Amino acid sequence: MAHKRFTRREFLRTLAVAGASGAAFSLASCTKAEREQFFQKHFLEMTESEKKQTVKRLEERYLEQYGLTFSVSAQGATPHTLWGYGLDLSRCIGCRRCVYGCVRENNLSRHNPQVQWIRVLRLKKGNLTNLEQAEDYYNPPEVPEEGYFYMPVQCQHCENPPCVKVCPVHATWKEPDGLVVVDYNWCIGCRYCMAACPYRGRTFNWSEPKLRKDEWNTQVHYLGNRPRIRNVVDKCTFCIQRVRNGRYPACVEACPTGTRKFGNLLDPDSEIRYLIDHKRVFRLKEDLNTEPKFYYFFAE
Amino acid sequence: MAESPASSLPFFRIILRRLMLPAVIPLVAVLLAGMAAAASDKKGGEEFPVPPPPFTPGIFPCSSCHEGMEVNTQKRELGEHTHITLRHAPEVLTWCFICHDAKNRDKLHLVNGDLIDFTGSYRLCGQCHGTNYRDWKAGIHGKRIGYFAGGRRTYFLCVNCHNPHDPKFKPLKPEPPPFRPLDKQNGP
Repeated sequence: MAHKRFTRREFLRTLAVAGASGAAFSLASCTKAEREQFFQKHFLEMTESEKKQTVKRLEERYLEQYGLTFSVSAQGATPHTLWGYGLDLSRCIGCRRCVYGCVRENNLSRHNPQVQWIRVLRLKKGNLTNLEQAEDYYNPPEVPEEGYFYMPVQCQHCENPPCVKVCPVHATWKEPDGLVVVDYNWCIGCRYCMAACPYRGRTFNWSEPKLRKDEWNTQVHYLGNRPRIRNVVDKCTFCIQRVRNGRYPACVEACPTGTRKFGNLLDPDSEIRYLIDHKRVFRLKEDLNTEPKFYYFFAE
Repeated sequence: MAESPASSLPFFRIILRRLMLPAVIPLVAVLLAGMAAAASDKKGGEEFPVPPPPFTPGIFPCSSCHEGMEVNTQKRELGEHTHITLRHAPEVLTWCFICHDAKNRDKLHLVNGDLIDFTGSYRLCGQCHGTNYRDWKAGIHGKRIGYFAGGRRTYFLCVNCHNPHDPKFKPLKPEPPPFRPLDKQNGP
């Protein structure tokens, strides 16, 4: 009997058929929600009704997964706003109340991995520009310590952000009100943005975020503090769920010494404009031309 | 021929009428307007949205105890209010009645004698700490919570953070440092 040769054409045909049936099988076996998420459009391309649908789908998933009713907002930017932040270095005592206020407000994973969006650096007095010698694991019995001062650092929401430029999938972008945001459903977890950020402002969820049921904050924003999945990058969003409703970010409210100031840079009567006009302000790493919106100053 | 004084008067009158009156009337008007504005200025300035002062529960209103009491302005060791130690500019604030009003204990008084409520105590602190008062009014000193627009802000009073009797901040215990990358609670 003549042995039938397995030709290249037959091989490719078998491969195509196997591939198509495999894809059809996996799509058919998905739930409607999973299918919708797979074919989700980019957030910036969604219409209002698609955003509402996405939000509803997420709220249902969170209810199923965490047993809590989340209220996910997809609120857009208020017109004529550009958020700016001020930090008074003469008053920061390094108590880290801002760090943990942020952790509680923004549903950050408490352990495995521990994610903290704000880092407080301890620098020797007289050593302002020597950031390489900063210590962020300090743990004295009492603060402030003699001879040191403290500088909290978080995402600077640059006007010219290097992280946005390098993202290969455009999962992070700058909103019209100046906030640099991440869409966790679009991020592929390559961490290129973390390499590009000169301020180490971004953090990564190496595994599924871990919080107890009573630790969740259920007022969330799609681009902000909604529950993350593993393998996505996140960062400070200036509490997007708060500021778009006119409230101060959680770190501003947590600070016991009134170090943190927040406001709209386009409003000439705001606190942030007053302090830029009247105090000695500087920004970190200005030579890199990232134009951060985080103004450090000395009030004394 | 010398002119008689009587005939030089009309010349003088011309000058007064033509040149000086047009200048004088606006001047007088400006003066009157200025006086009116000064009279309508509110004594003490604007109001601020502040929270209630952080009183010890039950201590306010002070007149509930002090109404019938004798007023003793002598500097001495107190029997009541033993938890208050005055450690605030001792060369200036020698005794309670520099700030508290001896006759009306529910109020404080300014240096010029004005009586103010406890909710307006920022004016009292602002007498000496003028630069901080100016910054507080602009919102860059001290703490504000709530909404930064739409009139629902709350400006914390001076006394919400600074104890007026012993204002120096005590050191705090810091919150824990972040886990190191190889810590058991941070790793896989």
